[in-house]
Amino acid sequence: MKYARTRLIAPAAAFAALLMTVTSANAFKVFVSNEKEQTISVIDSVKLEVIHTIKTGNRPRGIILANSNKWLLVCASDDNRVEVYDTKTFELVKILPSGPDPELFTLHPSGNPLFIANEDDNIVTVVDIFTGKILSEVPVGVEPEGMGVSPDGKFVVNTSETTNMAHFIDTKTYETVENILVDNRPRVAEFTPDGGEVWVSAEIGGTITVIDAATKKVKSKFSFEIQGVNKDAIQPVGVKFSKDGKKAYVALGPANRVALVDPKTYKVEKYILVGQRVWNLAFTPDDKQVYTTNGSSNDVSIIDVATDKVLKSVKVGRYPWGVVALPE
Amino acid sequence: MRSARAISWSAGHVLIRACALALAVSTIPVVPLGMTGTAIAQDAAPAARALDQSAAQPPAAAEARGTAPAAAPEITKIKILMARELRDLPPPLSLLDIPPPDDGLGGAKLATADNNTTGKFIKQEFILDVVENEKPDALVADVAKMVDAGSAFVVVDAAPKTVLALADALKDKSAIIFNAGSPDDRLREEDCRVNVKHTIPTRSMFADALGQFMAWKRWNRWFMIVGPTPEDKMLAEAYRRTAKRFGAKIIEERTYTYEPGSRRSDGGFEQIQQQMPSFTQNVKEYDVVVVADEGGLFGEYVPYRTWDAKPVVGTAGLYTATWHPAIELWGGTQFQNRFKRMNNRNFRELDYNVWMAVRSVGEAATRQKSGNAAKLIEYMSSPEFELAAFKGQKLTYRSWNGQLRQPILLVTGKMHVTVSPQPGFLHHLTELDTLGVDKPETKCKAFGK
Repeated sequence: MKYARTRLIAPAAAFAALLMTVTSANAFKVFVSNEKEQTISVIDSVKLEVIHTIKTGNRPRGIILANSNKWLLVCASDDNRVEVYDTKTFELVKILPSGPDPELFTLHPSGNPLFIANEDDNIVTVVDIFTGKILSEVPVGVEPEGMGVSPDGKFVVNTSETTNMAHFIDTKTYETVENILVDNRPRVAEFTPDGGEVWVSAEIGGTITVIDAATKKVKSKFSFEIQGVNKDAIQPVGVKFSKDGKKAYVALGPANRVALVDPKTYKVEKYILVGQRVWNLAFTPDDKQVYTTNGSSNDVSIIDVATDKVLKSVKVGRYPWGVVALPE
Repeated sequence: MRSARAISWSAGHVLIRACALALAVSTIPVVPLGMTGTAIAQDAAPAARALDQSAAQPPAAAEARGTAPAAAPEITKIKILMARELRDLPPPLSLLDIPPPDDGLGGAKLATADNNTTGKFIKQEFILDVVENEKPDALVADVAKMVDAGSAFVVVDAAPKTVLALADALKDKSAIIFNAGSPDDRLREEDCRVNVKHTIPTRSMFADALGQFMAWKRWNRWFMIVGPTPEDKMLAEAYRRTAKRFGAKIIEERTYTYEPGSRRSDGGFEQIQQQMPSFTQNVKEYDVVVVADEGGLFGEYVPYRTWDAKPVVGTAGLYTATWHPAIELWGGTQFQNRFKRMNNRNFRELDYNVWMAVRSVGEAATRQKSGNAAKLIEYMSSPEFELAAFKGQKLTYRSWNGQLRQPILLVTGKMHVTVSPQPGFLHHLTELDTLGVDKPETKCKAFGK
């Protein structure tokens, strides 16, 4: 017993020292949806640990903030609905209609409406988050998934996984205005912070297609190469940019790494080893940390943006899927 | 006995949203041919012209010259033909395994709908035609007619002999055959044909998929039971090859020759229960029973009835498959749902093999933005071609024999147990080439270098 106790002291002291150095940062709540557990894990960005677990509907996947960050919206895919939770009390506020099998969604920058990809129905459903009314259903390709919105709010870009396209949807008319072919199984569409480009990740194709947002034409395409990792295992999914537009992080699925990419040159600067089957990413609001959801290892890796090293892996629920950080 | 008939089917001009629904409720318009394939051939003639001309001209121009009115949008039409040899196969042991009349065809319809959803955005329309015949010669003749009328892509579910006859009948035409039904290694080896692609894996690929898992489990001592049919013997040969490759030992082989008789009789389990233990008695210490019974005469009777309590793999117990109605891996849920909504039944292996073939054509047409047969065939054979098929990685065709590389599922009746290649089986190009005959060993010469 004595032996065990003395052994514990050293790491505890080191951890306390670590805490002291980071407590100056703001504490954010980071919400992680656990696809196979019907829960959301709430992580404190300073303590770097799970502080609460919210019980949700079946198969929680896409997760975002709404209503001036008062609400947390979650796609409960197998229940065919969007659940709204209070970000302070973690209580269920209400249920929004979503259309069948909602997977990912994005909120218009003005705060409303919500654009939902219905993976099983080849449509994007547009929902008013306050009235709960379905405003429109936009036909897209087979298995709609990724949802990106331009910073000016004019376009939503949806990706269809089996049609292999990025569909530009006009947010006024709710019509597709352009359909751009990308590589196989596009998962995520993300606008650069200046709105100039849309990056679309292709999971099976193994590439990122860069689309010029103004001309809606493919501008560039790049892929990844990691020594010792089979090319077939490099499957880009989540894409996030720092607010200053200087850093892009791309989650590479079963390659178990996040690529740090220079958004100007499209060159990969570093591969950061994280947990297994990394899919989605989120910055903390201060852009100092990036959280990654590692589906197969049931944890999230927390990357320190200053050093691009993993600070810690935090155990969450089974098959973590989506992640979003709340400014506190 | 069904007679020769041809069916024409297309997702046509339905709205994308309504697409799945429309297909689900409408039955296939059956065109009873009565007298050979002329009606269909005539019907298909304009499209065929368009295809032929598109070799020299942009598809838009070709289309405008066809029957389409000048004001209509320029839609490139791409015809895909499914050829089915109706065979009299013995009924399976289990009622659950009785093939539906549209086995394979369901997959062709889903792939055509998937192709057309994409096609809507790039002005391509895919049209599925079907020819069926129980006489191989007549089937070959029907297909040749359809190919002459503009169907360049032929998906075949037929006996290996018929596949070869088709390949030879079409060898001077701008057409490609997809073999979706025969796992015979020889079709990719000594009897390979440059105008045939194979979406169904070979027996040696299936055997290696199983062998890798057994190696991982350290089930290294096999007791093999082989059925009486020629196919069973070929599968046994594949298992022997796999055992050698992965260091397993076949402790003993027995051939099952007992005639099980009528499968529909009431009862019968009493006899099986007596018979199987004695059949599997007195084998030296082994780890696993490997059953080679493609004919489906006795395999299902082996599990739980062996003299020694041992796991059963092969064609019964834990078996290999390209697809399974319960697979939800890699986004498979929506794929299964789409199939069920459209066909009102489970998504079977042959459906999946056919789906991959029809989607290959769609993928090539999308990427090449063309309906030109020669161009699409060339593209499908190029290293650029890749197919996403709900297997967690891209699938490609082997350049030396036209075989589609793919992960193989190891499943039970209810769901998957694992997927091969297993971790640790490495390859310098792609781990998928640890399954089956690899390039340095191939006997196929038709593809050149």
